[in-house]
Order: sequence, then structure tokens, then C-alpha cells
Amino acid sequence: MPQILSPLPGTFYMRANPESAAYKKAGDVVSATDTIGLIEVMKTFIEIKAEADGTFQDYVAEDGEPVTAGQVLAELEG
Amino acid sequence: MAIQRLLIANRGEIAVRIIRAAKKLGITAIQVYSEADKDMLAVSLADVSICIGGPHAKDSYLNIANVIKAATETSADAVHPGYGFLSESAEFTRAVVDAGMTYVGPSADTIERMGDKVSARQTAEAAGVPIVPGSKGRIDSIDDAAIMASEIGYPIMIKASAGGGGRGIRIANNEEDLRTMAPQAQSEAAAAFGDGGLYMERSIQSPRHIEVQIVGDGTRAVHFFERECSLQRRRQKVWEEAGAECLDDATRKHLCETAVALAESVNYLGAGTVEYLYDSASKEFYFIEMNTRIQVEHPISELITNTDLVQEMILVAGGAELSVTQDDIKKTGHAIEVRINAEDPHMQFLPFPGKVTKLKSPQGDGVRFDHFLYEGYQIPPFYDSLLGKLIVHGDDRADAIRKMALALTELEIEGLKTTIPLHVALANDAGVQSGEFHTQWLEPWLDAGNLTKGATS
Repeated sequence: MPQILSPLPGTFYMRANPESAAYKKAGDVVSATDTIGLIEVMKTFIEIKAEADGTFQDYVAEDGEPVTAGQVLAELEG
Repeated sequence: MAIQRLLIANRGEIAVRIIRAAKKLGITAIQVYSEADKDMLAVSLADVSICIGGPHAKDSYLNIANVIKAATETSADAVHPGYGFLSESAEFTRAVVDAGMTYVGPSADTIERMGDKVSARQTAEAAGVPIVPGSKGRIDSIDDAAIMASEIGYPIMIKASAGGGGRGIRIANNEEDLRTMAPQAQSEAAAAFGDGGLYMERSIQSPRHIEVQIVGDGTRAVHFFERECSLQRRRQKVWEEAGAECLDDATRKHLCETAVALAESVNYLGAGTVEYLYDSASKEFYFIEMNTRIQVEHPISELITNTDLVQEMILVAGGAELSVTQDDIKKTGHAIEVRINAEDPHMQFLPFPGKVTKLKSPQGDGVRFDHFLYEGYQIPPFYDSLLGKLIVHGDDRADAIRKMALALTELEIEGLKTTIPLHVALANDAGVQSGEFHTQWLEPWLDAGNLTKGATS
């Protein structure tokens, strides 16, 4: 099962801003270039891409919580 | 009463700087820290340290109740806010005073008055400081904005009435731009500051950013000359100098005197900076804003005037009169500061938190490195990317640039990407050496690939 990993430490967000819906939900068809979340690192927001085509299964990391580099953010069904 | 137990409500390099000043004055230094910061240098240097909450700033360094509770529990009699975080929060200042402690900085009323762009501008104008043509009061409707913009003249700068730090500023070249940008600015201001009020002023093309360091004791104020901070990326300062070589003596004198007049007009207490735009062509300067705190780039003013500004602000907060008169403050040589950030300049300045595996600080006369690093330190990702400031003092500007170029080759920080290569390229650039730059200079210089061409490391 393909996993989407955090490339760097920071804070993970699954939505573009607090009012909007999560980028993806279970069952969504995802292409490699789709944004699935944001990592805030040193006051800068970096878009996290799916990096693979597939079907979105679910987020693994919690919204608004600290993550480490290499931590699993979400999973796809290959 | 003189301060005896000072709580430092900040982190990073400025916390280290404040602790050093406190210790020189024989004051007990109390350091707060978040759960992500227990290993930071300031914690090990302080006499006392106390955890104030989770890694996110809103749970710790921005949490007024937690900071006040920590100050009470550690019997602090004063609080130093540093810069950023709560340093320009009138609410925080009031909470400190209400808890029976001394705030190292101006009164809450002064912070409020200078923190709002409209009232700051009115105060500056009343004190005789030149201001950029702009809106008289806050603007709440887009139609009002359009009418006012046509009176002031395009291009026009749209800012949030609240807030600061150069974020969210938009420049409209015509009414069509204005009608697109003003609603965006309004909703952004409402989201960021809880206040959608806007403010507009004429945009001065290719100005320089020049600012004056002042300190006041509540009655009298003095200046410590000016700084040139035009080299900016995304409105964040990158390289700063003291003084500004582009000024002639008469303009410099006038500029510095208006800053003192403004400070005295509000009975300013503490360290502050009056920021101006300077139009080299017309030799005119205009008030932008006043920062009611110590600034990142204060060391260059310290070096050219042989003053410890952080000690001075602590002393006046404790009730002392200024230790100097204006005539005592002499300017010697030229100083430059560069900001060493944990960012990769070759990758669009992507932040790069990591572990410091090796640290070697430059040595020599007139070289200073203010930082919070040590070998083995893991830089947390939750705060800004400033690691430290490399500061040099030379006989003149050319000497200072040579010293900076040399010091940069001696500074080694391994385990991270830093902005050192940017500063090496700047120090060796003909445009920087000639001093012919302005606030719109650095970004096109980067876009033109000068960093890659000039890269030596």
C-alpha cells in the first residue's frame, strides 16, 4: 500500500485553511501531482503531493499536529 | 525600582542576547521555554527556566496567561518581550503591569497608538515627521477606497490597518487592480488580525528603507543614528548596515532629529525604531511606522556607537534616566549585519531545520556572532528560521564589507542548509559594494541568477 511520507519535520495540515474541507477523503481518485496536505515548517507552508496515482484511503497523521521527517501522513490504495 | 529578576518571554538568539545583558547588570535571568525548546541555549544560560506549554507558539510564547503564570511562579519583577511573539501586544503589556511587574518597553497605550497605522501616522505628522500621502483614516468600503486612491494617486499601496511585519501588502497600479486587491486585503486582514480595516498610501518607487534607533526614558529620548535595511526578500530584511552612506549630513541630522521628536512626543520609554522610506532622487524621507521594541538588527547600532542597547532599555525600564545625552553618542566606522537563516538559498529559500553537527564561529576584532547554536543542537521546525546574525564593524563601509566577506568564510555551520552562500555572493557583488541598491533590488537580482553565478560555496 503506497504511503505518503513527510519530507521534513513540521506541523501537518490536511486542509488549506481552517474553514475549508480536507484536500482528500477516502475513496477519492488521486493523481501523483495532487496536493494532499500542507507541512508548516519555520513559518513556511509546503504543499505535500501524492507522488503516486491511486485511490485515497485515509490520513494517518492528525490535522494540526507535529510530524517528523519520514512520518506517514496518508495512505493510498495502489 | 531597579529590576532584579527578569523573565525573558522569548526564545532563540534574542533570548541569549537578553540573558547576557541581564547578567552584566547583575540581574537574575529567568527563561521561559516551550516543550520543543527545552534544549535551547538560553535555557542552559539562564539562572532559572520554566516550561510554558506546547511546541506551537499559540500554546506557549503567544499564550499571555501561561507567560504571566510563569512570571508569577518564578517571582519575576520584570518581563522582557524581545522581538516578535508578544513584543508589540498592548494586551500583554497590560497583563504584565496588572500582575505587578515591570514591562521592559513602552506603555500599553504607546504600543497601541504606534501599532495602529492610522494613529501612528497622525502622531508622526503631529510631531513634524514627514509622511507619505495617504488615506486620512481607515477605509471600510471598496468605493471609498477607489475615491481616495484617485485623490492620492497611483501606484497605491494597500495595507491592513492592524498588524505589521510587511505581510499582506498589495500594490495597485490602477482602479481595476484596486477593486480586485482591496477585497482580498480586507478578508486577509479580517482573518489574520480580526479587523478588516484598510489603509492606503502612495507607493514610492524603488525607495530605500532607512530607520533610526532611539531609546527614551519616559521624558527624554536620544538616537543612536540610522540603519540602512534596503536589502530585503519578501519584505524581510536580509542584510543591514549602520549608517546609511547615501545620506548627506544635513539629511541624516534631520532624519534622526525627527525620530527623537516623535519619541519625545509620546514620552517614549525603552528602545524603539522609527522606520522611513527614503527617495534617493529627491532626498526626501517619509515615516512608515514605529516598532516599539528592540529589533533584530540592533547590534549594528551598538557597534557604531559603542553602546549596549539591551542593557540601556532594561535600566530605563527599571526607572533610571538615560545614561547618555545626545552629545555623548558618537558614531565610529561602519557596521554590517547579515541574517543567517536555516534556509536553502539554492532551493527558493526552503526552510531547512536539522541538527548542528559542527559549529565554528569567526574570530577577530570587530566581528560578532549573535546566535543560539551549539554542536549537537536539533533546530525545532515550529519557529522562524533565524539561526543567528553575523555582525562586523569596520573603519568604513569598504572595510566592513571586506571584514564581512572574510568572516563569512570563517563561519562554519554543518548539518543544515543556511543563507551563508547568499551573503558571500552579496559581499562580493559590485552593486552591493557600490551601495547602489534599494528595497526592490534583491529579488530581481536573485531572479537573474546572480546567486548561482557568484556561488563559491
